[in-house]
Amino acid sequence: MRHGRLSPAVLRKYGFIASFLAVPLILYGYFVVAQYIQAFQISLTNSRGISPNFKYVGLENFTGLFDNDVFWAAVRHHGLILLAMPLATIAIALFFSFLLNLGGGQKNGRMAGVPGSGFYKVVFFFPQVLAVAIVGVLFQAILRPDGSGVINSALHAVGVDPVGWLVEPNLALWTIIGVMVWQAVGFYVVLFSAGMSSIPKDVFEAAALDGAGRFTLFFRITLPLLWDTLQVGWVYLGIAAFDGFALVQVLSVDRGGPDNATTVLPLEIWRTAFTYSKYGVASAWGVALFFMTLTFAVLTLRVTRRERIEF
Amino acid sequence: MATDVMPVASSETSTRPKPRRTGGGNVFGGLSHVALVIWSILVIYPIVWTFLGAFKTNTELFGDNPLALPQHFGWDAWGRAWAKAHIGLYMVNTIKVVAISTFLTMLFGSMAAYVLARYTFRGNRLIYLLFVSGLSFPVFLALAPLWLTMKNLGLLGTHTGVILVYVAYSLPFTVFFLTAFFKTLPTSVGEAAMMDGCSHTRTFFQIMLPMAKPGLISITIFNVLGQWNQYLLPIVLLPGDAEDKWLITQGIANISTSAGYEADWAGLFAALSMAIIPVLIVYVIFQRQIQSGLTTGALK
Repeated sequence: MRHGRLSPAVLRKYGFIASFLAVPLILYGYFVVAQYIQAFQISLTNSRGISPNFKYVGLENFTGLFDNDVFWAAVRHHGLILLAMPLATIAIALFFSFLLNLGGGQKNGRMAGVPGSGFYKVVFFFPQVLAVAIVGVLFQAILRPDGSGVINSALHAVGVDPVGWLVEPNLALWTIIGVMVWQAVGFYVVLFSAGMSSIPKDVFEAAALDGAGRFTLFFRITLPLLWDTLQVGWVYLGIAAFDGFALVQVLSVDRGGPDNATTVLPLEIWRTAFTYSKYGVASAWGVALFFMTLTFAVLTLRVTRRERIEF
Repeated sequence: MATDVMPVASSETSTRPKPRRTGGGNVFGGLSHVALVIWSILVIYPIVWTFLGAFKTNTELFGDNPLALPQHFGWDAWGRAWAKAHIGLYMVNTIKVVAISTFLTMLFGSMAAYVLARYTFRGNRLIYLLFVSGLSFPVFLALAPLWLTMKNLGLLGTHTGVILVYVAYSLPFTVFFLTAFFKTLPTSVGEAAMMDGCSHTRTFFQIMLPMAKPGLISITIFNVLGQWNQYLLPIVLLPGDAEDKWLITQGIANISTSAGYEADWAGLFAALSMAIIPVLIVYVIFQRQIQSGLTTGALK
C-alpha cells in the first residue's frame, strides 16, 4: 500500500475477507434487513399482496389501528402479561434458585444447596426445551373445561366444580400467563443459579457467621449481588411478553378468544396478513409492536441501571 | 450494604464453621422441600399423563377417572399417529431442515464472525452492527414482506425456502456470540500458522475452528433447539397446500385444532409423546451442555 499498489499479501487478505463475508451478508441482507425495511414501506400502503397494485395511503393504516378495539385489547393484554409474567417467573425462580444453591445452610463450612439440587435443576429446566406449540397442545388437554382435564378431574375429586380455564373470558388470559410461567421458571432457575455461583462463597459464609438468617442472606446479599443477572432476566421476559404468539394461537379458544379475551399483537399481525390478506395493515401493526418492544427495552435498561458491584 | 460485609469475609472467620443452626431453619428446610417437590410434580406429571394417554381409549380418557392408568398397553395409537397423522413424515422433514440449516448457520456464522473478530478493514464495525441490530427487531415485523418475497421467489412451501430463512434469522445471534468468542482466543497460534505459509482459509478451518469448539457447541445447541421448536416461520412459509412438507410443531398443532368431536385423543397423545420423547432423550444426555448453552446465550 505504501508503494501506491496493493501487495499480493494485502490483496489476498481482502479477497479472503470478501469471500468469507459475501454469503452471510447476502443471506442476511436479503432475507432479514430488506424485509424489515420493506415492512416500514408496506405499512404506508394498502398492499393486498399483488405487488404492483398498491398505492401509498400515508398514515391511514396507523390511524386505523388506533380506532381498532382489537388493537387496544391486544395492547392491554400485553400490559397485563408484562406486569404479571416476569414478576411471577422471577419471584418463583429466585426462590427456587436460592434454595437450590444456598438453602441447605452450611456444610463443612461451605454454603450448600438443599439435597437433590442437581435433580431439581434438571427437572425444572425441561419445559424450556419443549416447543411452545407442543406445550400449547399439551395444556389444551390438561385444561379441558369438562371433568376430563387433569386439573378439573383433580378438582372434581375434592368436590369442586370444573373450571373453564380457557373458556371463561376473565380467566383465560391468566391461565395462559400461568402456562408461560410454567415453561419459563426452569430457565431462570438455572440462569440465577449461574449468577449465584459466581458470587464468592465467603461473602455468604461471613454473613452467616455474623448471624445473618436466611432472609437477610437473601434480601440483603444475594439480591443486590445478583442485580445484573436479574436485569437480563427482566429484559428477556419483558420481550417475551410482547410475543405469546405460539401459545395463544395454539392454546386459546378460537385463536385469541373467547371473544378476543386473550389476543396478542403478533397473533393479529398473523391473522391480518394471512387470513385477511391485508399486508399493509399487518405491517403497520408490526411497526407498532416494534416500537413498543423497543420502548420497553430502553426504559428497563434506563430505570434499572445502577452501580455495578465488583467482586 | 452488601459490600459492608465483604471485608470481614476473607480475613479470619471463614475457616472455622459454626455449628448449624437448628429450630426455625429446619422448618424452613422442610417447607422449601415441599415447594420443590410440588414444582417437580407440576413439571413431570403433565408429561407422564401425556405418555399414558397415548395408551388409553377414548372412553378411558373421558371416563370418570382420567387420572387412572390405561387398562392395557397397546401401540395402536402410536401407529395411527405415525402413519395416518403423518407424524413420521413431519419428523423426518424437521430433522432434514434443522440439520441442514443449523450446519449452514454455524458455517456462515462462524465465517463472518471470524473475519469480523480478527481482521481490521474498513466497514468492519458497520457490518458487525448491522448483524447485531437484527437482534432487536421482532420477526413479526418482517412477516408480511417475507411472505410476499418468498412467494415471488417461488420458495413458498419448499424446504429450501425455510432453510434459507432459518439461516438468515439465526445469523444475528450466532455472529454476535461467536465474534465475542473468537476475540477471546489467543492470536499467536493463528499467526504462527500464517508464518508457516498456511492460507487464511486453511488457518480458519484447521486451526481456529477447532480452537473455538466450546463456543461452537454452545451455539449449535442453541440453534438446533431454536430451529426445532420454531412454529411461526413454518406455518407462514409452509402453508396448507404443502402439507407433505410440514414440520413437527405445525403438524401437531394441526391435529389438535382440526380434531373436533371425532377426535382421536389417544392418537394426539401419541403424536405429542413422539414429539416430546426425542427432545427428552437428547435433553437427559446433554442436559449440562444444553443448560449452559442456552443460559450463556442469554447472558452475552
